[in-house]
Amino acid sequence: MNRVRKRRLGVALFVFLGSSTTLALAFYAMQQNLEFFYLPDRVVSGEAPIGKTIRAGGMVVAGSIRRSNEDLSVRFELSDMAGSSFSVVYEGLLPNLFVEGQGAIVSGTLDESGLFYADQVLAKHDENYMPPELADLHPAE
Amino acid sequence: MIPELAHFLCVMGFTCGAALAITGFFGAKQSQPAWVRAAKQIAIAQFLCLLCSFVLLDIAFLRDDFTVQYVADNSNTLLPWYYKASAMWGDHEGSFLLWTLVMAGWTGAVALRSESLSYEMRGYVLSVLGLLNVAFLLFLLSASNPFLRAFPLEATVGSDLNAILQDFGHLVHPPFLYFGYVGFSVAFAYAVAALLTGRIDAAWARWSRPWTNTAWALLTVGIALGSWWAYYELGWGGWWFWDPVENASFMPWLAGTALIHSLAVTEKRGAFKSWTVLLALLTFTLCLVGAFLVRSGVLTSVHAFAIDPERGMYLATIVALVACLSLSLYAFRVGRLRSRIAYRGISRELLLLANNVLLTLALAVIFLYTLYPLFYEWFTDGGRVSLGPPYFNRAFVPLMMILAGCLALVPVSRWKRTPLQLFRPSLYMLGGALLVGLVVPLMYSGALHIGVTICVAAALWILSTHLADLYRSRSSLTLSFLGMSIAHMGFAITVIGVTITSGFSVSQDLRLTVGDEVRVGDRTYVFEDLRIVNGPNYVAHQAQFAVGDIRLLPERRQYTTRNTVTTEAGIRPGFTNDLLVSLGEPVGEGAWAVRIQEKPLIRWVWLGAFLAAIAGLLAVLDVRYRRLRLRETRSARESEVGVR
Repeated sequence: MNRVRKRRLGVALFVFLGSSTTLALAFYAMQQNLEFFYLPDRVVSGEAPIGKTIRAGGMVVAGSIRRSNEDLSVRFELSDMAGSSFSVVYEGLLPNLFVEGQGAIVSGTLDESGLFYADQVLAKHDENYMPPELADLHPAE
Repeated sequence: MIPELAHFLCVMGFTCGAALAITGFFGAKQSQPAWVRAAKQIAIAQFLCLLCSFVLLDIAFLRDDFTVQYVADNSNTLLPWYYKASAMWGDHEGSFLLWTLVMAGWTGAVALRSESLSYEMRGYVLSVLGLLNVAFLLFLLSASNPFLRAFPLEATVGSDLNAILQDFGHLVHPPFLYFGYVGFSVAFAYAVAALLTGRIDAAWARWSRPWTNTAWALLTVGIALGSWWAYYELGWGGWWFWDPVENASFMPWLAGTALIHSLAVTEKRGAFKSWTVLLALLTFTLCLVGAFLVRSGVLTSVHAFAIDPERGMYLATIVALVACLSLSLYAFRVGRLRSRIAYRGISRELLLLANNVLLTLALAVIFLYTLYPLFYEWFTDGGRVSLGPPYFNRAFVPLMMILAGCLALVPVSRWKRTPLQLFRPSLYMLGGALLVGLVVPLMYSGALHIGVTICVAAALWILSTHLADLYRSRSSLTLSFLGMSIAHMGFAITVIGVTITSGFSVSQDLRLTVGDEVRVGDRTYVFEDLRIVNGPNYVAHQAQFAVGDIRLLPERRQYTTRNTVTTEAGIRPGFTNDLLVSLGEPVGEGAWAVRIQEKPLIRWVWLGAFLAAIAGLLAVLDVRYRRLRLRETRSARESEVGVR
């Protein structure tokens, strides 16, 4: 093998090794950090893992929003409009379109008693828009 | 009558596109220069038709013509006139009309400024552009027609524009984004034409470069404007969310950046030919994928779009057709391309190769992460999964830092081979940059922070090597060299801004009533007053916060027509630090949820991007391209005469 070829092989090997390492690490990071999504019936039935970061979503039950008088903690219920619902505890600012009777998605962890501690609350940004996760639920309109 | 006329003109635009595709193609194939000259006129006619169509529909918006369904759905009598005008591209149909108009604009520009191309190349390029616009106009006219009347005709005041879109950001962000997206279609068309004629040489690369640079610069501006808009309008101080819609614009940007650089190698050294062509095809395909992701709603996004699945299917078909056809053409023709390159030590070629590999990897990572939830859903039959920003950052940031390291070596590197002693001053600069990088986190938080040190040092290293190089070559500066240097320094400035603002922003969510005083960071914020303010089509609660002499006036607006709420942050912008107060919802007993934030160097994020965009345009203005154009125009004319 002459020098030019050797060098070219070196560059090719370098590119190949670098790329595969990056992609492997990317996949690894992804496997570690997937957040699975659960609808209320699966949260209630105990299929959702406890203590792991997950996402869940449903319709905000009318009249269920309870606020603290001291800080920004808030508690509300998310329901699938078919009998299953669970309580969410959250502290912080709620999105503008977080409204009773509308869809919301929460990200956080579930404890043993079935209470959901949310780090993040997402609501839709347009009154016609429904997150695909909640498309199977049909809100009463 | 006006909407019908607009509709008619849009159909005319479609016809022009079809005529352009046919005359351009057969003119090139059958060696008929006269047909290609006709194609030029048709391209201009297409642009004029679509421009008039666009303006006429916009007049319908300005005149509150609610008998047009699209106007009734997206406008309102109470809107100020400039929001009525921009409501035009507030929804699906209108934004596609804008897309086709921009496409016709680029086609017209190519028609006018391609005198120096051989008639054959020119015919193919115009034909490809015409064909692309035909596909989009067909989609517009058949599946998302903005010109249709609302029946039965009822008196209404219009159902209003989405409240978030009633903002300056909406006036400028979507058009710039489209200028950039669609601009890459020119590079795409050149690549297809080059494959068809089988001539991929330095001239081809020289031709593509100014067009690609311009598109890239406009896309950069578009993305930066989007980030700035998100920051003050909907982000509660966030400026990048790794949201699918953002990624949809970022992926073509990464591919376009790689393309600019590999075009440089193809022009200067005749290397990377097949890769450059592939990148040109990929970049525009990614723009189309982006349009599909945004408009089909297959992924959950903070960007609100009510979606019709049928349109998603049509768009997916366009993407699939463009990708399959162009890639098969590539597969059949790529064997003809031969380029030889030998790497000896650290050369400019090697650095540019590293640039392309790293950008492509970053692109692959983002593509994977963005689409993974979609694949997961398909393979698990409806299972839902999502990935948050930390995982994007974990994969993306290291790649960018390696890229930054390569970038710092660019000024001293030479084509073919760089003597190693040339790198010595750069290494001293690296030492200095690392020292400063070590001090910066101490300055902000009093503690060491290795991640911040690496990022800041990399950016400072880029700045110092490029400044030193600019100083060294101050007497013989060309615009393209200046452009390259400024673009790289812009990147460094953005890196510094991103690092510092991500690392040292302060944010607190608080429950406050009028009269409360709180300490956030090093400042005391006083909640002085809360009043009600009436806007043209909204009622707002406006809070007044005092920080020293500064007054911040965050608002929470209730838009009356659609009954939606938006938050307008109160911002004191600053070169070194932004103060930002946002007013959340009332939480009972006169108290309000309030978010108070300090964002150091946030402005640098956009400053760097704008510098890079200006630099990209500077390079286009380089006299080198102008001289070439003159010379090649002459030789193209001669060859045309020869054919006749």
